[in-house]
Amino acid sequence: MAETMTLEIHRGDTAGGELVSYTVPSTPGMVVLDAVHFVQAHHAPDLAVRWNCKAGRCGSCGAEVNGKPRLMCMDRVDKYPAGEPITIRPMKTFPVIKDLVSDVSWNFEVNKKIPAFKPRNDRPPRFSQEEADRVQEFRKCIECFLCQNVCHVLRDHQRKEEFGGPRFFVRVAALEMHPLDDGNRTGLLKQDLGIGFCNITKCCTEVCPESIHITDNAIIPLKERVVDEFYDPIKKLFRILMPQSRPEAGD
Amino acid sequence: MPSYETHEYDVVVVGAGGAGLRAAIEASARGARTALICKSLLGKAHTVMAEGGIAAALANVDTRDQWQVHFRDTIKGGKFLNQWRMAQLHAQEAAERVLELEQWGAVFDRTKDGRILQRNFGGHTYPRLAHVGDRTGLEMIRTLQDRGVHQGIDVHMECTIRRILKDGDRVGGCFGYHRETGRFVVFRAKAVVLATGGIGRCWAISSNSWEYTGDGHAMALWAGAELIDMEFVQFHPTGMVWPLSVQGTLITEGVRGEGGVLVNREGRRFMFERIPELYRGEFAETEEEATRWVQAVIAGRRPDARRPPELLTRDVVARAIRREVREGRGSPHGGVLLDIASRRTPEEIKRKLPSMYQQFKELADVDITREPMEVGPTCHYMMGGVRVDPDTQESTVRGLFAAGEVAGGLHGANRLGGNSLSDLLVFGRRAGQFAAESAQRNASVAQVDPDQIDQVVRESLAPFERTDGENPYALHEELRSTMHNLVGIVRTEEELHAALGKLQQFRQRSARIKVGGNIQYNPGWHLALDLKNMLDVSEAVTRAALQRKESRGAHTRDDFADSDARWAKLNLIVRQGTDGIEVSPRPLPEMPPELKKLLEEGEHG
Ligand SMILES: Cc1cc2nc3c(=O)[nH]c(=O)nc-3n(C[C@H](O)[C@H](O)[C@H](O)COP(=O)(O)OP(=O)(O)OC[C@H]3O[C@@H](n4cnc5c(N)ncnc54)[C@H](O)[C@@H]3O)c2cc1C
Ligand code: SF4
Ligand code: SF4
Ligand code: FES
Repeated sequence: MAETMTLEIHRGDTAGGELVSYTVPSTPGMVVLDAVHFVQAHHAPDLAVRWNCKAGRCGSCGAEVNGKPRLMCMDRVDKYPAGEPITIRPMKTFPVIKDLVSDVSWNFEVNKKIPAFKPRNDRPPRFSQEEADRVQEFRKCIECFLCQNVCHVLRDHQRKEEFGGPRFFVRVAALEMHPLDDGNRTGLLKQDLGIGFCNITKCCTEVCPESIHITDNAIIPLKERVVDEFYDPIKKLFRILMPQSRPEAGD
Repeated sequence: MPSYETHEYDVVVVGAGGAGLRAAIEASARGARTALICKSLLGKAHTVMAEGGIAAALANVDTRDQWQVHFRDTIKGGKFLNQWRMAQLHAQEAAERVLELEQWGAVFDRTKDGRILQRNFGGHTYPRLAHVGDRTGLEMIRTLQDRGVHQGIDVHMECTIRRILKDGDRVGGCFGYHRETGRFVVFRAKAVVLATGGIGRCWAISSNSWEYTGDGHAMALWAGAELIDMEFVQFHPTGMVWPLSVQGTLITEGVRGEGGVLVNREGRRFMFERIPELYRGEFAETEEEATRWVQAVIAGRRPDARRPPELLTRDVVARAIRREVREGRGSPHGGVLLDIASRRTPEEIKRKLPSMYQQFKELADVDITREPMEVGPTCHYMMGGVRVDPDTQESTVRGLFAAGEVAGGLHGANRLGGNSLSDLLVFGRRAGQFAAESAQRNASVAQVDPDQIDQVVRESLAPFERTDGENPYALHEELRSTMHNLVGIVRTEEELHAALGKLQQFRQRSARIKVGGNIQYNPGWHLALDLKNMLDVSEAVTRAALQRKESRGAHTRDDFADSDARWAKLNLIVRQGTDGIEVSPRPLPEMPPELKKLLEEGEHG
């Protein structure tokens, strides 16, 4: 007899839902997504779930497993206490569509507000690996939206009109600290993305599966830029004259 | 009849991977009203998973590189079956496309003098792959996505296209459904670009996601277009084999590009024994020579040794691994060992292969900086696809274009690593350009007669109407294992016939599939519909494989173990005939003398 485990999966849609129990055989190395797929193939063919890469690369399979935001494809079931059910719910911050699938379209709308990369014309596209490293950290983002899901400004206060969320601070940081970019997005950060609402709780950093230092390396330096720009004209002037000088990344 | 919504565009691009995004950017930049449609969310297409890099003769690391060498490598890797004109355009334009990506904000790894760094890969004479660690595809798709977002392209996410609609012999648009609501939708369009990717979900062990059900291949076939080279399915030599949960998940060739070696259970580097005639003299013959090459590469010197045989083309390496396993020299879980730990420092491994490190640590409890990985072949890439005009990417159906993995011809019998990402950019751009031009030539949007739509609507709803019947998941599993066992890396006449028999049975059973639940976001229903595509595509592969009575590139026949010079001049063309799928040989277009000369020079130098 194969060992089995119990999953409690959110079933339901906009009209409401409940946790439904399923029994699944456990196999070596199994991840939560495998267990969900087993349920789909054997018990509930219409169980809605998003996934693509099954290797932590595409950011499709975010959900709340035992209340913690996870990529289901990277979440080993043998990590959870044997004999206890594993509960799987969709990300809470976004409206549910069905079962484990939530409506994350708001994120794509926020993204549209961010002006594109603007290449500088005053230098050839040459830069060092060290310069690349700084932005490559941000460019690792797989858009799983787990950080958006845990940020209390969105999760508890639903400030989706005024606040862009950590994912988009990471994106702006990738542009602002890009060695070849010539744009200025501080106004956007302050007004449209409401970076002031962030009170540096670091919850976003804790859940990022790509280990991006969202708060220390993206948000704090960006906040400093906003402060310089709006409240400290001397520093702003300095930055314009010395475009290479950037606030040092912490952490 | 359920109602459906209707949209009208100049150009509709089906698929939002690298090829589709690049096509949509180009079409809209040229003034076409453009829609971009994808089954998943934007940015989740297969392209995001690409690891190792994008091939382009930038010559940043070895100044001897140039498009002519890239062209020669591509044709040689494709075992001379490639459409020469596609291989030429690809080699000539790839560098420009990569630099353009950098102008759009992509941040590749750098050389010491601050330019785009390039790494070695199988079958490429020089270090040629621009890369970002082992997440090159993410860099590429995000750059294109962010570029596209400000271009006024209408994106329809989580929308599955089921049929190309026609107006006489010309394209009239396409039909599909929104996954979220199940609502049907018609896109009327002057031109349609297929950029739907591959077909790997027809095989049991695969690096491909649920999206790769051959939709574009099947829809093109139904619309009357020709497919080419369908017998050539690439098995990547290094997929994970253990634990079962991750079986098939890809391990980038970059591991070998960075010095990783393949050994069998006896600890022997078996690739030294498997260098084929075609590559004789080009690879290291001793471990000492191979090690010297790796050390030179690491130090950034031009090597005075030949490259390790682990960097032979994928078809060769996959077959060699299969052989080790079959002859009892495999690893505990039926693969072989890939070892980078004894070749590079832990810091280097974590820096150049961070995703591989993480993937093994978290999913297999293996620390690749200390232990070898267990690897075996995994179904990875489809060389065959829609036959297109090499310059315009137009298929044999007017107004229907194809680019990226769904298009055939560039890679011939075997694709070189890194040549897909470059393919997406070069031919995605061309498809977008010529689709926009085609649309401009047609003043009005085509008419689509409602019967076509009625038919596909009825067909789509049928699985809901059955009260009992087959489970789509179970049937899919059977299809996958059949293709794996009977139409895998090595094929025989007998097994291919057996596969055709099975496919016939599956076809009958698929007509009895029932799905439960409602029409909203219902993966069981989606799979039931996708099975039709997979069955047709599987049959196309099997029939083409039966006809090619030789071994070449990714197509190996146990009963015809050698390459045959007569077959070197023939492509197989697949069409939908009145009695089903038909396959017929067609002579390759004649290569111009100056290009032939390039190939011959390669033989001697
Ligand atoms: C793990 C992995 C690693 C790889 N690494 C490399 C590498 O390092 N270098 C390299 O050159 N190549 C690599 N490849 C191959 C390469 O990534 C793919 O061949 C390439 O990305 C395919 O791009 P595409 O634009 O053709 O299709 P994709 O990126 O797969 O996009 C297909 C799109 O079509 C959509 N679609 C499909 N069917 C439908 C439908 N019916 N209706 C609507 N939309 C549809 C999908 O939703 C998706 O948006 C790798 C592949 C894998 C799987
Ligand atoms: S640090 Fe800021 S952005 Fe991150 S979770 Fe806390 S409040 Fe939200
Ligand atoms: S920053 Fe991290 S947590 Fe947030 S979306 Fe990107 S990868 Fe996910
Ligand atoms: S399926 Fe891609 S991150 Fe989980």
